[in-house]
Amino acid sequence: MEWSVFQQYGPMLLRGFGVTIFCWLMGTVLAMGLGLIIALMQRYGPRPLRWLLQVYIEVIRGTPFLVQLFVLYYGGPLVGLRLDALPAGLLGLTIYGSPYFAEIFRSGFNAVPVGQLEAARAIGMSETNIIRRILLPLGLVSALPALVNFSIILTKETVILSIITVPELMYQVSRMSTETFRYLEANLVLALFFWGLVETISRVGRRLEARITRHLIERV
Amino acid sequence: MFSIQTFLDAFGPLAMAARYTLLVSGLGIALGLVIGALICAAALSKSRALRRFAAIWVSFLRGVPLLVQLLLMFYLLPVVGINVPALAAAVITVGICASAYIAEIWRGAIGALPPGQTEAAAAIGIAPTTIWTRIVLPQAVVMSLPALVNELILLVKASSLVSVVGIMEVTRASQAQAATTFRPLEVYLAAACIYLAINLCLAGIGRWLEHRAAV
Repeated sequence: MEWSVFQQYGPMLLRGFGVTIFCWLMGTVLAMGLGLIIALMQRYGPRPLRWLLQVYIEVIRGTPFLVQLFVLYYGGPLVGLRLDALPAGLLGLTIYGSPYFAEIFRSGFNAVPVGQLEAARAIGMSETNIIRRILLPLGLVSALPALVNFSIILTKETVILSIITVPELMYQVSRMSTETFRYLEANLVLALFFWGLVETISRVGRRLEARITRHLIERV
Repeated sequence: MFSIQTFLDAFGPLAMAARYTLLVSGLGIALGLVIGALICAAALSKSRALRRFAAIWVSFLRGVPLLVQLLLMFYLLPVVGINVPALAAAVITVGICASAYIAEIWRGAIGALPPGQTEAAAAIGIAPTTIWTRIVLPQAVVMSLPALVNELILLVKASSLVSVVGIMEVTRASQAQAATTFRPLEVYLAAACIYLAINLCLAGIGRWLEHRAAV
């Protein structure tokens, strides 16, 4: 085993790590936003739109992320969608994550007691106000554990972006290992690194979740 | 623009390659069921060391991306002197990765059984092994079936990653097809259709099982 390569390639790996975190955060935020829009449109939109969105959800959830990226990155130019690797990767993450987030939001909204919505309607609140003041705050809190959980899953999906040459950590590690022939060390370190990252993020996520839902726990 | 002919032509070779997608995900889940049962048993055992081992196993395999696990296994096996074909290495990795999720599914199913049942069985003097084989396991297995079908769907999608180590499954075959026809859009959309068809079938089976389990 030879470890000095990590020193030599340090800056490159650090840059890759930055891109990984960037892709993860941006991808999560965008996918969550799109997912929320889809969930709201499925709740309030006209029937054909709802039906169309259901097809979108089934198709995206039924196909591998890698194939979606290939369609977008290599197939896109044929219909005039010419994207660099990084924007294509971000768009891919957004599309891939959105149906999962939409389903999470939907079950969160369904967990809001119907009586609350009916009461709001009965006292004459406007529908937008009901969404803003009742549906979203209550629904988001009950969706929170699943949201945190899926955001963690997305961390791991970012490595797949390396296959369409997004210069994230995995891509840099593969480059390093082909230049130095240190395949095993490189992938071992990468595995341990991701293990640590995912464990850290889940711990922070759980703490955040406990903090936000603190008011729901009955004090003895 | 979009060539329907290329799109339709792509289905032939890709359907042939789908055998490998099904093989990798099918054998992967079979291996995952076996290892997952062992890990689940370790997680529920009285020995602290075994429980610790199971916790580390599950946390590592769920924390590391499958793509990294695949490459790690690929470079690790020759170093420790095991020379197996790429396909076997891929199946082993997919199976080991699935075992972590399956162990958790089974642990959840066993935990969801009302404790009154085992207590009642113990109270009327049924032997502990019999309680497991006749009361706990049959119910837990039935309860976990929908979740296992879901896991299989995830594996079918995850099997697209083994294309990276050169297995000619649907994704790899579509890459080759796209390279020869210069029509990536049509070919990759055809690949997406094949995955979708497989997964919709599996989802149908899952719903049927769920319906039966609920009755």
